[in-house]
Amino acid sequence: MAEPLLAIEDLAVEFRTEDGLVRAVDRVSYEVHPGEVVGLVGESGSGKSVTAMSVLGLIRQPGRIAGGSIRFRGRDLRTASEREMRAVRGGEIGMIFQDPMTALNPVMTVGAQIVEALRLHQRRMSGAAARKRAVELLSLVGVPNPDTRFGQYPHEYSGGMRQRAMIAMAIANDPVLIIADEPTTALDVTIQAQVLRLLRTAQREAGSATILITHDLGVIAELADRVVVMYAGRVVEHGDVHTIFSAPRHPYTVGLMGSLPNLAEQGAPLRPIPGSPPSLLDPPGGCPFHPRCTLSQGRQRCRVERPTLIAVGAAHASACHFHDELAGVAPGVPVPGAGATDPAGGTEAEALR
Amino acid sequence: MTAVELTPPSPAGVPPVPATPARKVSHRSPARLALRRFTRNRLAVVGAVVLVAVIVAALAAPLLTPYDPTAVDLGAFRQAPSGAHLLGTDSSGRDVLTRLLYAGRVSLSVGLLASLVAVAIGLFFGAIAGLVGGFVDSVVMRATDIVLSFPSIIVVVVLAGILGPSVTMLVVVMGATNWPTAARVVRGLVLSLREQEYIAAARAAGARTGWILMRHVVPAALAPVSVVATLLVASTVLNEAALSFLGLGVQPPQASWGNMLNDAQNLTLIRTMPWMWLPPGLAIAATVLAVNFVGDGLRDAVDPRSGGGAR
Repeated sequence: MAEPLLAIEDLAVEFRTEDGLVRAVDRVSYEVHPGEVVGLVGESGSGKSVTAMSVLGLIRQPGRIAGGSIRFRGRDLRTASEREMRAVRGGEIGMIFQDPMTALNPVMTVGAQIVEALRLHQRRMSGAAARKRAVELLSLVGVPNPDTRFGQYPHEYSGGMRQRAMIAMAIANDPVLIIADEPTTALDVTIQAQVLRLLRTAQREAGSATILITHDLGVIAELADRVVVMYAGRVVEHGDVHTIFSAPRHPYTVGLMGSLPNLAEQGAPLRPIPGSPPSLLDPPGGCPFHPRCTLSQGRQRCRVERPTLIAVGAAHASACHFHDELAGVAPGVPVPGAGATDPAGGTEAEALR
Repeated sequence: MTAVELTPPSPAGVPPVPATPARKVSHRSPARLALRRFTRNRLAVVGAVVLVAVIVAALAAPLLTPYDPTAVDLGAFRQAPSGAHLLGTDSSGRDVLTRLLYAGRVSLSVGLLASLVAVAIGLFFGAIAGLVGGFVDSVVMRATDIVLSFPSIIVVVVLAGILGPSVTMLVVVMGATNWPTAARVVRGLVLSLREQEYIAAARAAGARTGWILMRHVVPAALAPVSVVATLLVASTVLNEAALSFLGLGVQPPQASWGNMLNDAQNLTLIRTMPWMWLPPGLAIAATVLAVNFVGDGLRDAVDPRSGGGAR
């Protein structure tokens, strides 16, 4: 494969709290190649968003990046100056936030905010040109009557419209990488599908790579090419989206799929993962998942030895000592595209694939 | 309607986008929504009208009365209201109406200046406390506690004793003792703004801190700060009156509403010559009440959560 666009290696992020040091991200590595969509999945607090914020250099006190490297287009963003980072943020990397209700300034018109995003990176752009481009962007993301909508305030937009406006801001400067942090979580299910479709169109049109952060496997199935599963600040499995859905090799991934409602087997009870994510203040020794793991069953190795990512197939790795015990075990969830887990409607997703 | 011109904070607080032509029906900018809420508040509108009347009368004093506010006419002292002297004359034969109008200039500008000084200091320390946080924050907040627990009247008495009473001293002392209110408001605002996702979004879009302050924090702070400033004007006007009444503020022969009330220290005067002390007393009460109504109206207008949810 070609040179990756973004290569995160052994990234560690710590937060100093009153109760002690929290290692929110622990030796996380993954790569993003040009034009590809990488899905980052995990429960709340698994470190998904923190890795994204580290890429943008936006980890603030009491947090700090404790180790590792973030290489973006051949340079290390950890050592980049604040000035360089400002050019990266919003320029080369566009960010889409979870909640469009709060990520837009309520007292500025949407148009003014898009214009701002443009002019932060294209200083020489005239006001008129920026306005024209902003209207174009609004129409590109499917906001009707963009000329009128340009001068309206966020409260005059619906939730879905706002998220469209956020996407317009994120792609304003033709970024090579888009980071979408839970882009559909705050939206109605009906709107989610539209926004996902838009995200894909925008991403394909601009040829930008995308990091899609979500806890929604349906969203992953819809959009992602590759999946990185995170648990307790670590990557526990990564691989191609089809492989992850059809043949997961980490018990946590299997558990995630089991917690999904399955329309194909009506009446089948949900199988939630027992217990809750560990406190990162005092993570369990060995494998962080072992207290909740159905595979571990109290085995000594799980409690003592920290598993590393081991290749279990072509471009597929799992951090489980006993991953081979999952080989051939069907997760009981249809593969993506089959429609059951697909919020956007399977048929269309299939057609576009 | 006079009230329309009278609400600088909302248009100033939210700069309109110049590129956008005015929309006909559906367009609702926060500033316009605020203005609408303000004009629906009847007390606030009445307050605004009264306040404008007071300000206009004070500014137009030379046009409204032929007399000099400090011209002593011992041949016509303590005269009851008449055609020549609408509100009578005081113990030195000066026209009470004239003095009342000119006193309005002094009292209002002292109130306005003092509250501006207080807000400026408060903005500065409040923003620093909110932005920097930690140790600096607690130092500033303890300082506000200390200043708030200090009776400003006593500070003025002491300073007047040392420096001699003057208008400058009044403004400085009232500014220095009233800033904590503004500082607390600004700090709270900055703290909540800091956590706003749109600030994080601006950062993620590549904006620098100064730019975020100018574009997002200051406009958001203007509205609540102008409310604080307005309400402060009421209390500084009142304080000025009290201090001048005690002889510690504006010094005669310059007139202020407070020192005009000085005459009310005499029992005979209070009983027999109400034209000397009633007008300044009423002027103070009416102005302070009007300013408070306007301030409350502004607060409800810029912060819809605090009042009737007009939309």
